[in-house]
Amino acid sequence: MTVAQRLLTIGVIVLGTMLTRFLPFLIFPADKPTPGYVRYLGKVLPGAVFGLLVIYCLKNVSLFSGSHGLPEAISIGVVAALHLWKRQMLLSIAGGTVCYMLLVQLVF
Amino acid sequence: MDNSIVRAGYGRAAYRWREKRGTLKKAFAAAFPNTIPIFAGFWFLGMTYGIYMNVSGFPFWYPMLMSLTIFAGSMEFVAVNLLLGAFDPLQAFTMTLMINARHLFYGISMLDRYKGMGWKKFYLIFGMCDESFSINYTAEIPEGVDRGWFMFFVNLLNQFYWFFGSTLGGICGSFLRFDTEGLDFVMTAMFVVIFLEQWLKDTSHVSALLGLGISLLCRIAFGVDDFIIPAMIGILGVLTLIQKPLEEGGAAG
Repeated sequence: MTVAQRLLTIGVIVLGTMLTRFLPFLIFPADKPTPGYVRYLGKVLPGAVFGLLVIYCLKNVSLFSGSHGLPEAISIGVVAALHLWKRQMLLSIAGGTVCYMLLVQLVF
Repeated sequence: MDNSIVRAGYGRAAYRWREKRGTLKKAFAAAFPNTIPIFAGFWFLGMTYGIYMNVSGFPFWYPMLMSLTIFAGSMEFVAVNLLLGAFDPLQAFTMTLMINARHLFYGISMLDRYKGMGWKKFYLIFGMCDESFSINYTAEIPEGVDRGWFMFFVNLLNQFYWFFGSTLGGICGSFLRFDTEGLDFVMTAMFVVIFLEQWLKDTSHVSALLGLGISLLCRIAFGVDDFIIPAMIGILGVLTLIQKPLEEGGAAG
């Protein structure tokens, strides 16, 4: 990408982000009830989108070549275990990342 | 003009200014303690984001510009990947909408609270990231503290932490002497934690499992570069189709 293309991409991301933040204030007057379908999506969409994002992060992992996704699997296990144990977001993220860095640099 | 009138005018203006300064001070003093956990988190994550951008080959003004204008942490991490890939503004736009769709629901929850905030309302909506929303939505603002300025300072402080963290990371990344291979896993770890948090909060895991399953299927069927949009359409479609049974099961409360 050229610098101009990069700036345009950033601009598009800003536009998309601001659309999601401003839209409710533009389309839903505060004195009227929110449509049921919108409320339903608000309840169920986040869980599904976070699932999509986890898969997105792992999209380049190949089970049949290289390290067979083992460093990823182990480190995600560490993240989950730390998080269920202490429920400290930063500890879980830092612990899992350090674990992954050690695995790919020293073991695999 | 009569001097006494001018003096009285000055007096009133000075009084109003003192009063305003008092309001601002009080709101700031009430807002700051609420942001201390975010202070720790945003410096750490912001620095990591800045370093990640730096080692991905971007000069420091990229994280600086992006933390000021996008100010949505998870989206900024994804943006690094988007900027490293082929130029595809449509994909960038649809991904932004899907990843940030949750803001729509923050907005819906804040419709009433942002009423009558004047020009501050613009910045309150502009800077409504997950953390600012959680604080402003749940904080018990003390009696006598201006609600608008309180929420304004929460947003401003949070963005300040994120901005300085990511800019610093973007500058310091080039001085790092240790091997940063594998640092990009920070994004995976972050989303795994967010996914877990959502999982623990949800009474039904249907939509979380659908998100994982449909995305995985699309990744296999469409390949690395083209699976995101089909996955998004699939998720939205299936969730729309099962609205009735899911709501009747009480899952969508």
